[in-house]
Amino acid sequence: MIFKGLAHIGWVTRSWLADIGHAARLFVQLLSFAPDCVRRFGLVRDQMHFLGNYSLAIISVSGLFVGFVLGLQGYYTLQRYGSASALGLLVALSLVRELGPVVSALLFAGRAGTSLTAEIGLMKAGEQLSAMEMMAIDPVRRILAPRFWGGVLVMPILAAVFSAVGILGGWVVGVLMIGVDSGSFWGQMQSGVDVWQDVGNGVIKSLVFGITVSFVALRQGFEAQPTPEGVARATTRTVVMASLSVLALDFVLTALMFSI
Amino acid sequence: MQRSSNDVWVGLLVLIGTAALLFLALQSANLLSLNFQKTYTVSAMFDNIGGLKKQAAIKSAGVVVGRVKEIVFDGKSYQARVVMAIESQHQFPKDSSLKILTSGLLGEQYIGIEAGAEEKVLAEGDKVQDTQSAVVLENLISRFLYNKAAEPAAPESK
Repeated sequence: MIFKGLAHIGWVTRSWLADIGHAARLFVQLLSFAPDCVRRFGLVRDQMHFLGNYSLAIISVSGLFVGFVLGLQGYYTLQRYGSASALGLLVALSLVRELGPVVSALLFAGRAGTSLTAEIGLMKAGEQLSAMEMMAIDPVRRILAPRFWGGVLVMPILAAVFSAVGILGGWVVGVLMIGVDSGSFWGQMQSGVDVWQDVGNGVIKSLVFGITVSFVALRQGFEAQPTPEGVARATTRTVVMASLSVLALDFVLTALMFSI
Repeated sequence: MQRSSNDVWVGLLVLIGTAALLFLALQSANLLSLNFQKTYTVSAMFDNIGGLKKQAAIKSAGVVVGRVKEIVFDGKSYQARVVMAIESQHQFPKDSSLKILTSGLLGEQYIGIEAGAEEKVLAEGDKVQDTQSAVVLENLISRFLYNKAAEPAAPESK
């Protein structure tokens, strides 16, 4: 009984370590195929089109509504302290530093990550990946790497669009609807938001999230059980794992950026 | 490399992304106000700088004329040495005075310059003598309480 329990602990630890090892190897492979992706940029471009252009609508609509809500909610809080003129600063800082990268990464995981996992998982279930290997084509190089780099390149663009649209949304609600002074809305924003400290850190964050979400999605698809249930489970796990790691990484990154 | 109709759409996406970043950098962070105009540096000693930070504005008559470049603690005089970069197009008399002020009730702190009367103007490396520290609320309250306590007690009226 005790022996069995010990063996179980050992097995869990070993498979856990093997999991980390597989993930790390796949990650290094994906990184090392960057030159191939530059050489055959057409593949990456098609993925950017699929992951980016089709996500643009959901990203900008969400950004607009998040901006609306920030405008209303921020005004409600700030006017208690008689500082409604700082609304622009509040909206811009929360979008550029936190909400832009994080919410667009979550949406990206739901909109694009799942489709990556399902696509790769079905390729695996249909033995297309094995067929490629039989033809001496590395599926990681030909299928996974362009998707990975496409996702990484597209994420900062989407986050920037989210933040910009969100700020415009906050302006519509704050200035046009509520009637905060337009000059102080933009003026406070401009004096309070720093290009490198705030906008730059937001871009770094969105790059990291792009890497995270694309990698989690591709790995889940690549490691999926080649059955319909396996693909379904992998897709679910992509959303859960990508969202959790984005939120956890956001905390770590924010803590790092505050301390620097 | 093969061309395809996707080129146009991806190009558009990249363009939109760049426009969004430019909007963030220019409209919300005001990158252009990081002016690269010529400046001259002037230093001053303050007893207490309160919440003054690097890059804080230096204003004269409410108009920004420069930025705080550096704040260091001077171990000899136990004062704060503030180095300021003032735009070369603005010149101030040598006996101008500096005050640390606060914009609004909870706003950030800045340095206000009040022009003096002397004919000579401040130049690179000069030191401004006449400074006034930031108002520290605790000191203000304790002074007020001290004054209250020092007042003769009001005669009790019966």
